[in-house]
Amino acid sequence: MSLSSAVDRVLRTRAFYWTAFLACLLPGLVLAWKFGQAATGATPDALGPDPVKETLHTTGRYALTLLLVALTVTPARRFLGLNGLQRVRRMFGLWSFTYAVLHVSTYLVFDQLCYSPRTCQWHDIWVDFTKRQFTFVGLLAFTILLALALTSTNGWIRRLGKRWQTIHRFVYVAAAAAVVHFIWGQKSDIRLPLEYAAVLALLFGARLYLSWQKRTRGLARPRERACP
Amino acid sequence: MILKIKTSADVPSSEITPEWVYRSRRDFLKTAAAGAVGVAAGGRALLAKAKPVPLSLLARAPLTQGALAPLSARPSAYTTDPKVDPVNSYEELTTYNNFYEFGTRKNDPARNSGAFKTTPWTVKVDGLCAKPGNYGIEDLVDFNQLEERVYRHRCVEAWSYVVPWIGASLSQTLKKLEPQPGAKFVEFTTAVHPAEMPGLRTAGLQFPYIEGLRMDEAMHPLTMMVVGLYGKVLPNPNGAPLRVHIPWKYGFKSGKSIVRIRFTDKQPANTWAVQTPNEYGFYANVNPTVDHPRWSQARESRLPRFFKDRPTLMFNGYGEQVASLYAGMDLRKYY
Repeated sequence: MSLSSAVDRVLRTRAFYWTAFLACLLPGLVLAWKFGQAATGATPDALGPDPVKETLHTTGRYALTLLLVALTVTPARRFLGLNGLQRVRRMFGLWSFTYAVLHVSTYLVFDQLCYSPRTCQWHDIWVDFTKRQFTFVGLLAFTILLALALTSTNGWIRRLGKRWQTIHRFVYVAAAAAVVHFIWGQKSDIRLPLEYAAVLALLFGARLYLSWQKRTRGLARPRERACP
Repeated sequence: MILKIKTSADVPSSEITPEWVYRSRRDFLKTAAAGAVGVAAGGRALLAKAKPVPLSLLARAPLTQGALAPLSARPSAYTTDPKVDPVNSYEELTTYNNFYEFGTRKNDPARNSGAFKTTPWTVKVDGLCAKPGNYGIEDLVDFNQLEERVYRHRCVEAWSYVVPWIGASLSQTLKKLEPQPGAKFVEFTTAVHPAEMPGLRTAGLQFPYIEGLRMDEAMHPLTMMVVGLYGKVLPNPNGAPLRVHIPWKYGFKSGKSIVRIRFTDKQPANTWAVQTPNEYGFYANVNPTVDHPRWSQARESRLPRFFKDRPTLMFNGYGEQVASLYAGMDLRKYY
């Protein structure tokens, strides 16, 4: 038994599924705990003097990280034969979406005061989303993730048939928009977002290679059969 | 828009509010807020903004911070009203800073400035003045005439806090150096100590950090030469041993750890305006009607914060004193 098939067997276990689930959940729980500590005054400095900005940055980074994790599943299957990962891909995507929801909610509730419709700064939100590229690309990424999350159920996969895959390839547009949003959010030091950009470029390159390989093999196969 | 700045009684805030009283008051607020949680909805506790001193942050700060020498200073009429703008805690002011020479994260200056050497310190004075040369800090600032001034500090990133600075009007320093009539601007250069400043390589900015003021801005009595904070010598994360503070301008205008003062007839090329000219200008006056391209400047977060619910004041609330400096100028163009 090869190493990859041994690993693949582990990936198919229920234990791996729930370990992955907890790995996605735990950072969020830690953040929520610290936020609670800061909000109640139990440990006011749990997230520094600006716990909201810290929460915004952390949830945004988790959302993008998990999106990239979800995008590694297909290359890992094709290159390493780890087909068991397919079972957790949707989960990673939905966790990414969950952190994106927290990210956007933090912005709306604390920065734009949307804890009630009366206090909500509708005009400022409108300006942010229509006049500012930085927030616009962030909203673009979020809107795509929302659409993909809504159509991620088995029912929608069946209903959309072949179109499902085409639609869900927009995940690359969402990831690219999120990376651009991350870069534009910096003042001068863009090393960290560039690391995310490099990983995304690598994953996208892997997908391009795989589809090119599929196409050339698809052409070669009948000829192989003709000449045994 | 002209805004009336309230001036407080002629007692320094450190005397009105010794640090420990301030702490216990905040602890009381915390207890009160905790009680309120039981009664009101959970969200109300956030609004109470209870904030005792975070001791864990103190423990993380470099050891030298606690050993800073005390400075005595007389009160100033320029101090803000503590009822409207309560002073932030020492820990907040020394652990949340933009000082890119030490790194770009807000707590980098507190973590990375422990090895920064501020003695001996020499300031080179040159350009269009009668008294160029190398000066020690005592030559530039009269330590027997120090004032404590509590100023609002507004960052271009839309957060603000309230700082009890110790120092004097910059004009007192500049007058000693006898600027020539041709000097229209004054430029400040921040120190570059590669071995002690890990951010120099990674911050993505051109160093040394350059800032500057028009001569009339520099000579305005509100513009401060700062040598202390919270009754003590200036801590490293805040720009030790010598910095300026211009309370009606965004924080990046206030150069830290100054090693050179140059009088010039040309507008200095200040670092952020060179780096990103469409986002940062030379004037950088706090202005709620001129947005940063990436965010609104209409509201700000007063730290420690939960909600970004504070309206930004024109000239950071110092309009009565400084608006006349910009009479007839298009502040959209000269941002």
